[in-house]
Amino acid sequence: MGVGIEVSTLNAWYGTNHTLQDINLQIPANHATALIGPSGCGKSTFVRCLNRMHETNPIARVTGTVRIGDLDIYADAKPVEIRRRVGMVFQRPNPFPTMSIYDNVAAGLKLNGYSNRHALDEIVEKSLKNSALWDEVKDDLKKKSGASLSGGQQQRLCIARALAVDPEVLLMDEPASALDPVSTAKIEDLIFQLKSQYTIVIVTHNMQQAARVAEKTGFFLNGRMVEFDFTHKIFTNPTDKRTEDYITGRFG
Amino acid sequence: MQNDNQFRSKVRALTDFAATGLAILSTVLVVAPLVAIFIYLIYKGAVSLNWDFFTKVPKPVGEAGGGMANAIAGSAILLGLGSLIGIPIGIAGGIFLAEFGRGTRLANAIRFTADVLNGVPSIVMGIAIYSLVVVPQGHFSAFSGGVVLGIMMIPTVCRTTEEMLLMVPNSVREAALALGVPNWRSVLSITVRTASPGIITGCMLAFARVAGETAPLIFTAFGNSDWSARLNEPIAALPLQIYVYALSPYDEWHRLAWAGALVLIILIVLAVSLVRYVTSRGVLKGAS
Repeated sequence: MGVGIEVSTLNAWYGTNHTLQDINLQIPANHATALIGPSGCGKSTFVRCLNRMHETNPIARVTGTVRIGDLDIYADAKPVEIRRRVGMVFQRPNPFPTMSIYDNVAAGLKLNGYSNRHALDEIVEKSLKNSALWDEVKDDLKKKSGASLSGGQQQRLCIARALAVDPEVLLMDEPASALDPVSTAKIEDLIFQLKSQYTIVIVTHNMQQAARVAEKTGFFLNGRMVEFDFTHKIFTNPTDKRTEDYITGRFG
Repeated sequence: MQNDNQFRSKVRALTDFAATGLAILSTVLVVAPLVAIFIYLIYKGAVSLNWDFFTKVPKPVGEAGGGMANAIAGSAILLGLGSLIGIPIGIAGGIFLAEFGRGTRLANAIRFTADVLNGVPSIVMGIAIYSLVVVPQGHFSAFSGGVVLGIMMIPTVCRTTEEMLLMVPNSVREAALALGVPNWRSVLSITVRTASPGIITGCMLAFARVAGETAPLIFTAFGNSDWSARLNEPIAALPLQIYVYALSPYDEWHRLAWAGALVLIILIVLAVSLVRYVTSRGVLKGAS
């Protein structure tokens, strides 16, 4: 089951560049939450702070607190533990090119020392079913490489890979922006199904996408969160003038 | 207007034709020396190749027949020992340069050292190992020969490993880290694995390069006209044997030297192909 996320006074820097300024928000459990805003507004940095991937860049720095469930991720745990509980799907599909479809899905468990074959088979099947890829690949699981799939299939493979480690939260950084409309629709359907089991945070440039999949939406601008509310409120009756300008296409 | 377009498309077709022709010509020029050497070796050496060549040790001067079986075995031992030393150290160094030490002073120093080491003439390497290993030991040995070949392999293996690892897209590293895989595990199981075809090519390149080395072996492995598989005794090696035979005044030995050169080239090609075959069997369809 998913857990809620509570962010308070989060600040992030790349070198001297203050990319996130005093972010406060509460992301509800078992819902999809969308983050929108123009390029460079900090929304990708924000999701990378939720699983401490931000820190893989040596010049990056973070202050503030992020609580995922009852875990204060910057105080109580190591990055590797948090990343097992908070899965991530990236903008471009990034399957492991030398691994089979099966090994791609099993990678997170195998590389963390999990070796019960029977259980692995079940987890791989369940994860691929959850990511709506099972029927397309079930005959080639160990024969084909993850890189041999189409872009949309690769992205669903990456979702299956993230689900296999049984996370509580799934972060998606523009998961459909490199895909064609049909594949995009499949990813959106998937988000719809997955949000009953996981807390989903999705960064998107596509405002219709946010409207379709998310209950709540946050609008980011220049490293600050301008507005966070129910999606229909953001898109029909935003409180802030800047949000209105953005969603009506006046900039960005 | 119509004419102008027709003229332009003709010019384009001609340019295309010329560029394709130049590319083909260059390819031929690159491959020609290799083919020429190979044909000439077959022409000169094939007549002296027989079963004895692969099964017998050299005969004393004046007696006909004899082979280079001991030199072939000796080269295999020297190259095996060299690979055991050079490949692990080289790969480990390359991993450090690309994954752990990126941008650090130590990494820059290691990279610089590797490049300098790559440029050191092989005979200087031989003398260095002679004074560092052979002199303290008191005698020539297969061990010292393996050491010198291994050290000569390190820079090539190290730098190609680094370059191949740097070619692995960062998104692959991020994918592993985002699954909660510790960095060291991600490097060994994901990044190195992804780069492994290129790393293997680098190792083969280094192997093929030192397989024909003669100069550094003169002061270390020294050569041996009989069987020896002991690491602390002088050992025969194909390039050494070819060198000695080619400089001798006897026609019989000259013929054997040609045959030896042919066998050396064939064995290198075979060894490289074998490694390629074995390592490519695990690769899946569709993987780059």
